[in-house]
Amino acid sequence: MGFFDSHILTLMTFIPLLGGALILCVPKGKDDVIKGVAAVASFIPLLLAVRMFYIYDRTMAGVNAADQFQFVERYSWIPNINVEYFVGADGISVPMILLTALLSFLAVIGSFGIEKKIRGYMALFLLLETGMMGTFIALDFFLFYVFWEIMLLPMYFLIGVWGGPRKEYAAIKFFLYTLAGSVLMLIVMLALYFNTTDPATGKHTFSLIHYMNQATHNSWIKGFDVRILLWLGLFIGFAIKVPLFPFHTWLPDAHVEAPTAISVILAGVLLKMGTYGMMRISFPIFPDITVYFAVPMAILGIINIIYGALCAMAQSDLKKLVAYSSVSHMGFCLLGMAALTPLGMVGAAMQMFSHGLITAMLFFLVGVVYDRAHHRQIDGFGGLGVVVPIYTGYIAFAFFASLGLPGMSGFIAEQMVFLGSFPIFRTLVIIAALGIVFVAAFHLWALQRVFLGPLNPKYANLEEINKREMFCLTPLAILVLFVGVWPMTVVNLMSVSLVRLVDLVKAVI
Amino acid sequence: MIRYAYIIPLLPLISFWINIFFGKRLPRKGDWVSLATITASLLMSICIFAEVFRAYDPNFKYHVAFPWLVIGDRFSLDAGILIDNVTAVMLMVVTIVSTLVHLYSVGYMHGDPRYNRFFAYLSIFSFSMLGLVLAESFFFMFVFWELVGLSSYLLIGFWFEKKSASDAGKKAFVVNRVGDYGFLIGIMIIFATCGVLEFDKVFAAIGAGKLQGQLLTLAGIGVFCGAIGKSAQFPLHVWLPDAMEGPTPVSALIHAATMVAAGVYLIGRVYPLFTPDAFLFIAYFGLITLFISATIALTQNDIKKVLAYSTVSQLGFMVLGLGVGGYTAGLAHLTTHAAFKACLFLGSGSVIHAVHSQDIQEMGGLRKKMPITFWTFIIATLAIAGVPLFSGFYSKDMILAAALEFGMKNPAHYILFFGALLTAGMTAFYMFRMVILTFFGTPRDHHKFDHAHESPLNMTIPLIILATLSFSFWFSPWFGKLVVKPQTVANVAMAAAAQAPAHEAAPAAVPAPAEHAAAPAAAHGGSNEAEHEAHIAHMAHSYAMYSSVTVGGLGILLAFGIYMLGWVDPNAMAERFKPLYQFSLNKWYFDELYEATVISGSKAFSRGCAWFDNNVVDGLVNLSAQLGVFVANLIGKFDNGVVDGAVNGVADMTIGSGSILRRVQTGKLFHYLFILAGGALVILLVKFF
Repeated sequence: MGFFDSHILTLMTFIPLLGGALILCVPKGKDDVIKGVAAVASFIPLLLAVRMFYIYDRTMAGVNAADQFQFVERYSWIPNINVEYFVGADGISVPMILLTALLSFLAVIGSFGIEKKIRGYMALFLLLETGMMGTFIALDFFLFYVFWEIMLLPMYFLIGVWGGPRKEYAAIKFFLYTLAGSVLMLIVMLALYFNTTDPATGKHTFSLIHYMNQATHNSWIKGFDVRILLWLGLFIGFAIKVPLFPFHTWLPDAHVEAPTAISVILAGVLLKMGTYGMMRISFPIFPDITVYFAVPMAILGIINIIYGALCAMAQSDLKKLVAYSSVSHMGFCLLGMAALTPLGMVGAAMQMFSHGLITAMLFFLVGVVYDRAHHRQIDGFGGLGVVVPIYTGYIAFAFFASLGLPGMSGFIAEQMVFLGSFPIFRTLVIIAALGIVFVAAFHLWALQRVFLGPLNPKYANLEEINKREMFCLTPLAILVLFVGVWPMTVVNLMSVSLVRLVDLVKAVI
Repeated sequence: MIRYAYIIPLLPLISFWINIFFGKRLPRKGDWVSLATITASLLMSICIFAEVFRAYDPNFKYHVAFPWLVIGDRFSLDAGILIDNVTAVMLMVVTIVSTLVHLYSVGYMHGDPRYNRFFAYLSIFSFSMLGLVLAESFFFMFVFWELVGLSSYLLIGFWFEKKSASDAGKKAFVVNRVGDYGFLIGIMIIFATCGVLEFDKVFAAIGAGKLQGQLLTLAGIGVFCGAIGKSAQFPLHVWLPDAMEGPTPVSALIHAATMVAAGVYLIGRVYPLFTPDAFLFIAYFGLITLFISATIALTQNDIKKVLAYSTVSQLGFMVLGLGVGGYTAGLAHLTTHAAFKACLFLGSGSVIHAVHSQDIQEMGGLRKKMPITFWTFIIATLAIAGVPLFSGFYSKDMILAAALEFGMKNPAHYILFFGALLTAGMTAFYMFRMVILTFFGTPRDHHKFDHAHESPLNMTIPLIILATLSFSFWFSPWFGKLVVKPQTVANVAMAAAAQAPAHEAAPAAVPAPAEHAAAPAAAHGGSNEAEHEAHIAHMAHSYAMYSSVTVGGLGILLAFGIYMLGWVDPNAMAERFKPLYQFSLNKWYFDELYEATVISGSKAFSRGCAWFDNNVVDGLVNLSAQLGVFVANLIGKFDNGVVDGAVNGVADMTIGSGSILRRVQTGKLFHYLFILAGGALVILLVKFF
C-alpha cells in the first residue's frame, strides 16, 4: 500500500478527472457504461478517503507547520515563478475531504436519473470533483487558486444546461458572483507573492505555510492598512462562497435552478470552501486582522443565523426553504470561528461537516418529491405522510437533524458553537440563540403543510421513495446519527489542528 | 444492580429501533417488545430503589461518568449517570407509569393502523425520559430534555391526518423551544463562568464563588425558563391543553405523569444554585400558573381539557412548593401526582373508549355501567382534592405549609399561601364537578349511554394499580426522610459577594450539596433561633392542614350542592356572570393574544425579511448587474463611435489623402522632374536661410 498511501491525495484528486476523460471516449448510446465509469471514478476516491480516515495520525497538527502535514507531496510545477504542486492534509482538511468524497459518490448515484446528455453531465461532474478535492488539499496558493477556478466552470455548465426554467440567469449569477470573489482573491495572492520571500531560497513563494510565518512578510505588507485591505479582499471572496449576508442571494437562485445532485454538492461541499478558506488562509496569515474583525464577523454570523431562518420561514418553495436554512446554518460556522476559542472553532468545523451531511439529505429529499410531483410548492401538498410513510420518515429525520435535535450531528455542532462563543460575545450569542426557536418553527411548519394534516387527493397515488434514492440517503442518515451520538470520531480528527489554529491566531494578542 | 443502571434507558431504546423498522412484521405488531423492555426496566428500577431504600441514607449517591467530548486539554464533557434518592424515586415513577400505560395501550390502541409505530414512540419516550432522570450534567439534561420534546411531538401528532393534532404537536414543540431558549442561556451563563457543565462540578464552582450575585440569579431564572416550557407554566402553558389531541394513554404518561414533571424535577435537580431572588421568581410563576389554570378548569366541558388544566395547576403547585423552599413538598407532589393523575387520565380514556365522546355534558350516570373505572376515578379525585388519607393530601398539604411558613417569615408574600389555598378549594370543586357530571346523576345522552361498557382487563388493571398508589401510606413517612433539601451553594456565593464577615459564610470547603444535604436548619444560628424556626414550621403545618382540609371540603360540598342537589343552576350562574364565564371558558384568551402578537408578528417579520431579501439585497445585485450591462453598452457605443471612429477615420484619411495624392502620380516625366526640382529648391532654401 506504500505507493497508494503516499500519493493518496493526488489519487483522490485526479482519478475523477481520469474518469471524466474516459467517459468522453465511451461510444455513443452506451449510457450505462458512462454511469458505471462515473460511479467507479467517484467510488475510488471514497475508498481512499476511508483508508485515509484510518491511517490519519490524529496527533499531528498541521496548520502552519509544514512537517506536521500528512500525505504531503511537493514537486516544483512552474519553476520560474516558484509555483509548486504542494498538497497535504491536516485536521482542517481531512473532514472536508471525507465529506467531498462521500457526497460526490452519492451525487453520482443520485444523478443516474438524468436523461439529457448524460455524457457531458458526468464528465463535468467528475471535473468538478477534481476541483473540489484539489481545493481542499492544496497548500500552495497558486494551486489552490487553480483548483478553485476549476470548480467554477463545470458548475456553471451543470446549472446552466441541466437546470430548471431560469437556469441561465442562475448560472450566470453564480458564475459572475463567484468570479468577483476570485478576482479579489487573485489580487491578494499576487500581493502576498510579491511581498514575501522564502527564507531558505530568498525567492518569492506561493506556499501558504510560508505566508503564515510573519517573518517572511516585507515591511509593506506588514502595514496595518494594507493588511486590512488584503484581509477584506480574502474575506469577501470567501464570504461570497459561504455565503454571508449580504452576498448570499446567488445561493437561493442557484439552488432552485440546479439539478438535485448539483444542489447537494453546492450546499454540501462548495459552501464549506468559504469557511475552509478562512481557516486555511485568512486566519493564520493575518491573525492580527482576524482578531481585529472578530466582532464584525460574529455579527455577520448572527445575521446569517437569524435572517436566514426568517427568510426560510417565508418561502413557499421547499427547495428555497432548504437553501435559506443553509444560509442560517452557515452562520453558525462564522460565529464559532469568530469566537477564536477551541470549542467555538471545533464547533464551526463540526458544523461544516454536519451541515454537509444534513443539507445533502435535505436536497436529495426535495429532489425526490420534485421528481414525482414536478413542483415544490409547500402549500401545494398536504397529508403526504399517509401515502409515502418511508419518505416522510426520512424527511422528518432530516428536518429534525436540521433543526438541531440532540442525538444528531447538527445539535453537537450548534451547542459547541454556542458554548464556545458565549464567553466572548455574550449579548450577540443571546440574540443568535433565538435562532433555535425560528429554526424549529419553520421546519415544523413546512413539515406539517407538506406531510401532515388531511391528504391532498391529487397525490393519493404518489410513488414511494425508491431503492436508489434510499441508497443515497441511508449512509448520510447513519452518519448524522453516529456523529451525533459519538462526536469524538470527527472531533478527534480535527481538534489538534484547530487548537493549534486558535493558538496561532490568539498569539498575536 | 445499581452498577447496571445505565441499561435501564437503553432497553427501551432498543425496542424503539426494533419496532420502528420491524414492528409491522413482528407478531402482534411488536407491542410485546416494547412491553417487555419497559417491564425489564421497571424490574431493574425496583431493584435499584430497594437498594437505595435499604441504605435509607438521605445522602445516598451513586455517580459514574466517562469523558464524552474532549478537545485536547481545553474542553472536556462527561457522559454518565447520577443516582441519588430523588433519582431512584423518579425511576420508579417513570417506569411504573410507563409500564402501565404500555399495558393499557395494548387495549386502547387496538386496531390502529399505526399500532407498531405507537409502541415505538412510547419506547423512545421512555428512553428519553429515563435518560433525563439519570443525567448528571446540564448538557445531557438538555439533550434528553429535547428528546422528550421530540417524543411528545410525535405522540401528540400521532393522528396527524387531523389538522388539529398536527397543529398541537407543532405548537408543543415550538412553545417548548421558547422555554429551551431560556434554558440554553442559563446553561451558557453557567458554562461561561464555571467552565464545566456537570452538576457536581458546577455546584462546587458556584460554591467557590465563580458565579454569583445577579448573574447567578439570571442563570437560575434561565434554567427555570426550561421548566416554564416543559412543565407548562405561565406564560408558556398554552401548549399542554392542546396536547390532549394525542391518544389518551399518551396524555396520561407524557402530559400528566412524567414529561411535564421534568421541569419540576429539573428545579429539584439544580436546587442548590438558585438564589433567593430566583426562588421568589419561581414561586410567583408557580402561583400565577396554578391560579389561572384552575379558573379555566372550572368551566371546561371536555373531560381531557379539565384534566389538562388541572395538570397545569398541580404543576404550578409543585413549582410554588419548590419556590418557597419546600423541596420535599414539591417533589412529593410530583410523585403522588404522577400516580393519581395517570389514573385520572387513564380513567378518562376508559370513559372516552366507552362512550366515544369527550364532552362531559353528554355523559352522566356512568357509575353503574363502569364500576371499576368509577371507583378508581373517585379515589384519584379524592387524592387530587386533598382529602386526608389520600396521597394528594400528604403532598399538597406540605406545599401549603411551606408557602405559609414562607409567608410567616416574609409577610409581604402571604399571597403565595392564600392564593394557593383558594386554588386548592377550586381544585376540589372542579374535579368533583367533572366526576358528578360524568358518573353521577342520570344519563344525558341515552344513545351513548346504552353503548357504554366497562373496559377490558388490560385497561382496568392499570387503573386499579394506580388507584391503589393514590393512598398516602405509600409515601409517608419515608419520602420526607429520604428526599431532603440540599444545602444551597448560592447563599455562599451571595455572602462572598457581599464581603460578609467570615463567621456568616458557610465552611470554606463547600462539598457537593448532596453530601451534606441534611444539614440541620440551625447550622449557623443560635439554638433559640432554631427553636423559633421549628416553632414556625410546626405552626405553619397545622394551620395549613386545617385550612386545606376546610377549603377542600367546601369545594367538594359546593360541587355536590350545585351539580347534584341543584342549589343553584349552573347555567343561570354562567348567564349572570357572563363576562367572567366567557373569560374562563376561552382560557383567558391566551391563544388569541399570542396569535395576534407573537405569531402574526413573527410571520409578518419573516415575510418582511423575505421581501427585503428579494427586492433590496437581491435588487442591489441585479441593479449592479444592470449597471454593468449599461456601462458595457456605453462603452460599446463609445467603442463603435469614437474608438472605432478614430480607426475608421484614420483609414478614411489614408484613403482620402491617397486619392488626393494620386493625382500627383501622372506618369509624365516632366511633372516628376518639376516636383523634384521644386523639392530640392525648398530644401536648399530651408537649409541656407
